[in-house]
Amino acid sequence: MKQKKKTFQIFIGITILLLFVILLENLSTFIPGLPQVLSPTSPLFTVLKKAAVYSLVAVSMNLLNGFTGLFSLGQAGFMLLGAYTYAILTVPTAMKDQVYYLFGGCAFDFSLVDMFKGMFGESGFGGAISMILGSFIALILAGCVAGLFSYLIGIPVLRLKSDYLAIATLGFAEIIRAIFQWQKFGPVTNGANMIKGFPTFSDFNITGPSGNVILRLSTFVPFLVSAVCILLIVLLINSSYGRAFKSIRDDEVAAEAMGISLFKHKMLSFVISSFFAGIGGALFAMYVANAQAKAFTSVMTYEILLIVVIGGIGSVSGSVLATFLYVACSEWWLRFLDTEVYLGSFKVPLLRNGFRMVVFSVVIMVIVLFFSQGIMGNHEINFGALLKKFQPKPERKS
Amino acid sequence: MGNALHLENVTMQFGGVVSVNNLTLDVPEHKIIALIGPNGAGKTTAFNCITGVYQPTNGLIEFMGKPMVRNHPSRSMAKTYKGENADKFANEAPLSPTPDEITGLGIARTFQNIRLWKSMTVFDNVLIAKHQHAKQNVFSAVFRGNLAEEKRMREETMELLKEQGLDAYKDELAVSLPYGLQRRLEIARALATKPTLLLLDEPAAGMNPQETAELADFVRLIREKYNLTVFLIEHHMDLVMNISDYIYVIDFGSEIARGIPSEIQSNKRVIDAYLGTTDEEPE
Repeated sequence: MKQKKKTFQIFIGITILLLFVILLENLSTFIPGLPQVLSPTSPLFTVLKKAAVYSLVAVSMNLLNGFTGLFSLGQAGFMLLGAYTYAILTVPTAMKDQVYYLFGGCAFDFSLVDMFKGMFGESGFGGAISMILGSFIALILAGCVAGLFSYLIGIPVLRLKSDYLAIATLGFAEIIRAIFQWQKFGPVTNGANMIKGFPTFSDFNITGPSGNVILRLSTFVPFLVSAVCILLIVLLINSSYGRAFKSIRDDEVAAEAMGISLFKHKMLSFVISSFFAGIGGALFAMYVANAQAKAFTSVMTYEILLIVVIGGIGSVSGSVLATFLYVACSEWWLRFLDTEVYLGSFKVPLLRNGFRMVVFSVVIMVIVLFFSQGIMGNHEINFGALLKKFQPKPERKS
Repeated sequence: MGNALHLENVTMQFGGVVSVNNLTLDVPEHKIIALIGPNGAGKTTAFNCITGVYQPTNGLIEFMGKPMVRNHPSRSMAKTYKGENADKFANEAPLSPTPDEITGLGIARTFQNIRLWKSMTVFDNVLIAKHQHAKQNVFSAVFRGNLAEEKRMREETMELLKEQGLDAYKDELAVSLPYGLQRRLEIARALATKPTLLLLDEPAAGMNPQETAELADFVRLIREKYNLTVFLIEHHMDLVMNISDYIYVIDFGSEIARGIPSEIQSNKRVIDAYLGTTDEEPE
């Protein structure tokens, strides 16, 4: 069947991508003397990790804004919930007193990783298994907590439309952030201080007995999690439910008249989007190696909204593409604009700290003004059609 | 045979404006019934009350002999209510199902100003209307545990499109179709919800005489094939007189006449309503 063949192709594509990522980050270990770009400390890997995390959040936002037509700006709030859930559940019990020293230890004396370590053993293979199991279950629970909160918020909020919904969800995200910084909740959330000590991406590297890295997996892990989650979202969008979401986006009145329950489907989309935003938040905490409410501001939501708009509202591949471009530009390619450059005794004008953001704003304005559909509009990348473009065209016989 | 639809004292009041006033009518099963009236008479409002878009201020709507919608003026509306029979349903609990629940019962509708899903293909437009009857849940849909059902839905959709002569356009965007075909697609989409009662809101609006004549045959055809009851609003008098078994005429929200087409054609009040009143003209 055509559909099955396509699914199979996507599956193969993702596997190749993941293998390529593993190869890329381990290349410098096997072949010495490669350019600086491929060394483990290169900005390339920072960009890849961050972009993998952001692309999941961007796609989850696109599910809501682009496919269901619900203009929600609560993504950072759900990311925060995910990040804290992950952090609180996985900080090792031994670390808790040190992390929560201001509050005299954590009220929540439990760690998933430690629980599995009790079952599989502390070190070696058992330790690795318990860390992987512990952090993956914590990731899923992070999504569940975000999903649960979104369900509760959704009951009153999803009656609102367009701008009002955006304001309500934005307000929710800010309230959540304030609550998590509240000193009274210190024993659980560590107040305004950061939680750290939980497994991060670099903990997934396979190390030898003396601590040397044998196989790097720190970029592979966010890619794997994001790819699986995005694949699930794509499967949802292409299912009957996805079509129902799109019908709500196109015309609510018609959708309702054709028997599609608005509340049920809006809620479904909201909860699923928040679930994946929660996982995205947990991955973000792993990326920055700490969980702090201060990081999940509305600026982060806008950043993600921008990615969605640049990529094209209603295009999953557009969102992913835009994430990688955006993160690469902001973290790497446009960094040179922030450093002062002297050619001999001549100081290049304008280049100084902060100029990057100026250029960035101009680029974004140009995109919004002249390419309002974004990179992809509401189309998806079609690799078959791309390949055909590069193949020699068959001669026309007249 | 009983009534597919029964409206009793249905009144719809917006603020101080009474759009539908004390409307009582019956739509017997397997008949084609028309609701006509001049512009702004409240025909579409009556349809919106039946399909759950509005909750009527007062009145009862029964579908297949069972109460479906019921309301009486309460709270602030109780003071400002201008209609009749305000106390008739006061002792019964209000019923206000949402439009999707009403569609689930077996009432499908089309819209006066075509409301197709614009960014989607003709095929998807019909396929989505089948979503409500699918037995899948979100997990079986994501993990593709519903392939057999999905296949059946697609086959049924294809059949419907073939029957409407739309199969050649199935991969085109719904908005790219010519006007007459868009109307037909809307009917196909409504049929995909497996209705027993079909509400057509001005199905011939914007059609030329030939298309209108075809539509009349088409409505009769689908009534036979799907064993439907049809309730329609229309302005094309040729069409109404041609296909209706019974006609209700409303003006300013109130019923002014009812009868078989020949009676309506000669009814003085109806002619007055359409052409302006003649009483005040000097003889």
